[in-house]
Amino acid sequence: MGMKKRVKVAEQDPKIRATNFDEVCLGYTEDEAVEEATRCLNCKNPMCVTKCPVAIDIPGFIKHVKNKEFVEAVKVIAKYSALPAVCGRVCPQETQCESKCVLGIKGDAIAIGKLERFVGDYSRENNVDISETKPKNGKKVAVIGSGPSGLTCAGDLARDGYDVTIFEALHEAGGVLVYGIPQFRLPKETVVKHEVENVKKLGVKLETNVIVGRTVTIKQLMEEEDFKAVFIGSGAGLPMFMGIPGENLNGVFSANEFLTRNNLMKAYKEGYKTPIRVGTKVAVVGGGNVAMDSVRTAVRLGAEGHIVYRRSESELPARAEEVHHAKEEGVIMDLLVNPVEILGDEKGNVIGMKCIRMQLGEPDASGRRRPIAIKGSEFTIDVDTVIMSLGTSPNPLIPLTTEGLDINKRKCIVAEEGTGLTSIEKVYAGGDAVSGAATVILAMEAGKKAAKAINEMLTK
Amino acid sequence: MYKIVEKKALAPQIFLMDIEAPRVAKSAKPGQFIIVKMDEKGERIPLTISDFDAKKGTVTIVVQTIGCSTKEMENYEIGDSFEDFVGPLGQATELMSESIEELKKKKIVFIAGGLGTAPVYPQVKWLSQQGVKADVIIGAKAKEYVIMEEKMRKVAGNVYPCTDDGSYGYKGLVTNKLKELVQDEGKKYDLVVAIGPMIMMKFVCKLTEELKIKTIVSMNPIMVDGTGMCGGCRLTVDGETKFACVDGPEFDGHKVDFAEAMRRQTMYKSQEGSQKQGIKPGCGLEGGTK
Repeated sequence: MGMKKRVKVAEQDPKIRATNFDEVCLGYTEDEAVEEATRCLNCKNPMCVTKCPVAIDIPGFIKHVKNKEFVEAVKVIAKYSALPAVCGRVCPQETQCESKCVLGIKGDAIAIGKLERFVGDYSRENNVDISETKPKNGKKVAVIGSGPSGLTCAGDLARDGYDVTIFEALHEAGGVLVYGIPQFRLPKETVVKHEVENVKKLGVKLETNVIVGRTVTIKQLMEEEDFKAVFIGSGAGLPMFMGIPGENLNGVFSANEFLTRNNLMKAYKEGYKTPIRVGTKVAVVGGGNVAMDSVRTAVRLGAEGHIVYRRSESELPARAEEVHHAKEEGVIMDLLVNPVEILGDEKGNVIGMKCIRMQLGEPDASGRRRPIAIKGSEFTIDVDTVIMSLGTSPNPLIPLTTEGLDINKRKCIVAEEGTGLTSIEKVYAGGDAVSGAATVILAMEAGKKAAKAINEMLTK
Repeated sequence: MYKIVEKKALAPQIFLMDIEAPRVAKSAKPGQFIIVKMDEKGERIPLTISDFDAKKGTVTIVVQTIGCSTKEMENYEIGDSFEDFVGPLGQATELMSESIEELKKKKIVFIAGGLGTAPVYPQVKWLSQQGVKADVIIGAKAKEYVIMEEKMRKVAGNVYPCTDDGSYGYKGLVTNKLKELVQDEGKKYDLVVAIGPMIMMKFVCKLTEELKIKTIVSMNPIMVDGTGMCGGCRLTVDGETKFACVDGPEFDGHKVDFAEAMRRQTMYKSQEGSQKQGIKPGCGLEGGTK
């Protein structure tokens, strides 16, 4: 008996989508979702759940989808996650829930992410009310940062009856969901805004334009504003550069700057005042999801996009789906190549990038084969824009202005595994601020665990 | 929303605004700046803090209309509001980390170029509150562009206005005035703080290197977030890359790579280049708004 294949999801045509910022993946229709849901075997010991960082009852919500009980499905997920429409879109399901799906052994794993997305979208489009909370207990908790970890922590605490305020440094809530991940993977106006609204509907207050460490300190929040506990979810937003000659030429950007201009400031949209400079030929240095987001953004702004990565295709840290999408959209992969210098004209504008070819040696500490430069293989790529996407580290601002807050040598906040408790009493931390740059869902997991620990600490 | 509670013209194309922003007013220190975004479609513009009143909860900014965003800002009146106003950003002036005794021993001269008078004021005022009277050289193209002179005189030691055309005060550049004070009048300064257009700060540094006077400058590169997450404002200081928004905006002027900084400031400037280089023709002139 041939096993049924996964129900295909509709996508925008690559040629068309490479010219717009609309979402690439169009998501399942009701019928498609139901059909895909019927493939689920409803395992007694569902392995998929064990690989979901927030342990969503996956067979539980899929069963409701199968029976067309969509509101029930929304409510099942809401118990575990405040951001289903986000996670359904950006989680690396192939290494998480879907990696352990029994059906995946001999065929296609259930499209758990696409089904979660369907449920998240259904909830938004049909205004399903998931704002139920326990009675207010009057205790105030401050959450620093409105990215995935902060939103999750705030949502969980509000459901437990706490009076929660989120402090966000930028003018819009969402963290990397608004400034980092582009519109074509994660629509801002609909998806992100709505999931932030859902958290606010639980009674969570949001103060934008507050930079903790500058506008107000953690000490002031606790001593002067009566916050009983603090959760730091400030992420890892500090960009790294290579330190090669020419990196400060005009036309060299961090991926964070390039993406912030385009996503948060909407430089691609008519009428928005923030300028962006993309050039005609763009090299994005790096191979992660942020590099793919940057190069695909550059292509949409009209440039020829190159990924310059020092290892080979199988080592690319980006999701396979994103690499596939990038290639479909015409991105050129310059693999086993490493920049050594950025070249400029007399006016200081980028005119090229000197690179060296690499080969792979023995596996290093991370288990990946180490790239080694091939002597004498230098060559020049003609580019007028270079985007550095080498990763990010936590911003030192909060540790610098919070006496007694321990950080490790990677500048990450030291927090207790499982609870997120820091070196300061009643101050918790989680997400990229603790782990360094990781994924949305891992940040949510950390926010969830900290919320539980804060609740236990404050009810003792 | 952040309400405009006061607006005054100070000079042609230069105006002052008091903005209601209690949290910023409470934490602001001399040397720091804010970022304002006027409305939904606006860009984020860095502006230095010119004064603040924690009791009233207001922060004073002084703006010069040099691009489309600042021109638009000029149309805002008392009672209108800005959508976003965030700060205080950057480090407070280095002066605040010194002991008052040390400061009292020092002879300090501030050099304020044009709009740079606005960020110089809170530093001179703070010093005055500590019992230190600093001198101030104010440079402007002509008499009508000399701003905040009276206010400055109340908190400063000597104030030396200079105009390019000689219509008021000393005729000539601020660097010439400094040279005259030091070489002809025998003034001894231990520290120069220069705030103004990059070209002015560059020439002040060139001179003070010869005069061997330590010089602090307040850099004004292009910024986006102002919190250290993009590196758009990066500069080379003493051979190292620094982010002006978090490591600065004040740096040792003798260590700043001005040629690079000035070149980076022009990144979005040329409309003509914008067509050719695929730069979205936006405003983009606001990087140096200080």
